[in-house]
Amino acid sequence: MTRSLPWIGGVALVALPFVYRSPYPLHILIIILIWSFAYTSWSVMGRFGLVSLGHGGFMGIGAYVTALAWNYGHVSPWIGIPLALLAGGGLAALVAYPCFRFRITGHYFALVTLALSGIVLQVITATRDYTGGSLGYTPERYRGGSSLWALQFSEKKTWYLIALAVWAVGLYVWHRVDRSMLRYALEAISEDEDAAAATGVHVTAEKLKITVLSAAMTALAGALYCQYQMFISPDTVSGISVSLQMVFAVVVGGIYVSLGPTIGAVITILMAEVLRISFGTRAVGWDNLVYGVLLVLFIVFLPRGILGSLLNLRRRVGWTSS
Amino acid sequence: MTASAKRISESERGGHDLGIFDVFLLEALINGILLGGVLALLSLGLNLIFGVIDVVWICYAELIMLGMYGMYFLYTIYHAPIWVAAVICILGVGVLGVMLHVLVIAPLLGAAPINQLLATGGVLFFLQSAATVLFGIEFKNLGLRLPVLKVWGMFVSYSRLLAFAAALIGIVLVYLLLTRTYTGTAIRAIAQDRQIMPLMGVDSRRIYLITSGLGGALAGLAACLLVLQYDVHPFVGLSFGPITFLICVLGSLGNFVGGFAAAFVFAEIISVGGLYLDLEWGYVFAFAFFIVMMFVRPEGLMVRRS
Repeated sequence: MTRSLPWIGGVALVALPFVYRSPYPLHILIIILIWSFAYTSWSVMGRFGLVSLGHGGFMGIGAYVTALAWNYGHVSPWIGIPLALLAGGGLAALVAYPCFRFRITGHYFALVTLALSGIVLQVITATRDYTGGSLGYTPERYRGGSSLWALQFSEKKTWYLIALAVWAVGLYVWHRVDRSMLRYALEAISEDEDAAAATGVHVTAEKLKITVLSAAMTALAGALYCQYQMFISPDTVSGISVSLQMVFAVVVGGIYVSLGPTIGAVITILMAEVLRISFGTRAVGWDNLVYGVLLVLFIVFLPRGILGSLLNLRRRVGWTSS
Repeated sequence: MTASAKRISESERGGHDLGIFDVFLLEALINGILLGGVLALLSLGLNLIFGVIDVVWICYAELIMLGMYGMYFLYTIYHAPIWVAAVICILGVGVLGVMLHVLVIAPLLGAAPINQLLATGGVLFFLQSAATVLFGIEFKNLGLRLPVLKVWGMFVSYSRLLAFAAALIGIVLVYLLLTRTYTGTAIRAIAQDRQIMPLMGVDSRRIYLITSGLGGALAGLAACLLVLQYDVHPFVGLSFGPITFLICVLGSLGNFVGGFAAAFVFAEIISVGGLYLDLEWGYVFAFAFFIVMMFVRPEGLMVRRS
């Protein structure tokens, strides 16, 4: 039963747009899937105690490199997105290597990456002649509106399936990492770096691997967001608030479980939408107000997140079906 | 800031020519030193809290933002004398610091350090949006324009001189407090060993409260000085928050002297970089410098590793 559950769920998710065509809920689902993927990318490294607050920066790079390559170089997103992944991963390696090499961990690592996301925001704002600065940026529409070459589709259904596929890949990567030697190495590192090094774990290399992987995935999320929304601004795809939003959603959903980030995305995005619909423009700021309070409460009272705590509870009660 | 100075043409500066130095460059250097004083004050508050409680307040710049709003409302709306407004503002943010410790940090003292960091991140979210909801997103300023001092064809605003002087006085006062009083000695002792000092009869909870209040008060002082130069809006914290963290990390977190030196280096980079390009580029250069320094002098960076 438990083994077939993911397959049943997967088939249901794929079939959904063919039976249910209402555009607004579909839009919300696509947004949830894209952000779920971004949050999953963060948790790939976040679960090993490598708390990065720089992922807003990687996401911004993903979005802006793809859009700039398309508008200025007329480079198809099929090439632009790999470029964006390289840029995101490269920047991650550039910043993370000295951090790991010189044992900058915990607080320090979080602060350095925090500054990184702030700086990416500043660079985007500073190069306003090319990126439009804080006013935002729009990739040029391809002639017909829909084109596989330009990765622009007017059909929500297409985007839903793309986002679903990418999200599934994100979960697959999460599970691959979960089953790999890398996971054991990183868990050892997060417990005690010296002890891990003494047992033959190459601390710097292992940490670097997961960081570059996570950053590149986040850049992909940014590129996807850009291609879907066709509008990006520094505040929505980069900067400290995006980084904190990622951390928040993952902590709420559950940092140590594969579907935790997804649950976090569902909760946060639905909450923001409900607030927006019921309060309209008066709701500006209220969603983040609620986020902030909840983040503090969750960390104090429920550090394993909603899904993590539920699974724990199930285990404790002994109510396991497999 | 430097942009406004740039707009003033060379001819308006009078015929003074210092020969060796480009007058703009010299002006930028002086402004950098003045900015450095304020940045040093910012990093001092953060360093103090980190050194003593071993917690990083991600929302430190947001406390300053609230202080700036406090100044705006007290001075511009309620017409309180500016000195009274400043004192209320410093005390008020100090109280906020204590509240932050009691409500958020204290329940998490035993938790993983990263949880404390994230919880203050939640407070950052909360304060930013609370300010958006309460005060709106319009830019606000005191409507107070201090005169500009003209020396040797250079323009230095009084608000910057005042900020620099007040920041230095604040730093000296904190130094005296830490070295000359019993409480200050206890604070430094706790910073050295968090486990042993309670056994020596130091009430660590009391010291934590005092330190949080002191850190908050420093944020309040910084707010009073920054509001003289900058407009206040709910996201103003994001424009100097990251740079403060960089300074603290570069000067080794918890190391006051390191933070002080790093503040001036960063301020010069921002000020001189902003002279030739936009202000944002100053920040970009500062960050590039930071990364290079991490490769070159990690030991200078990390005197106290976690």
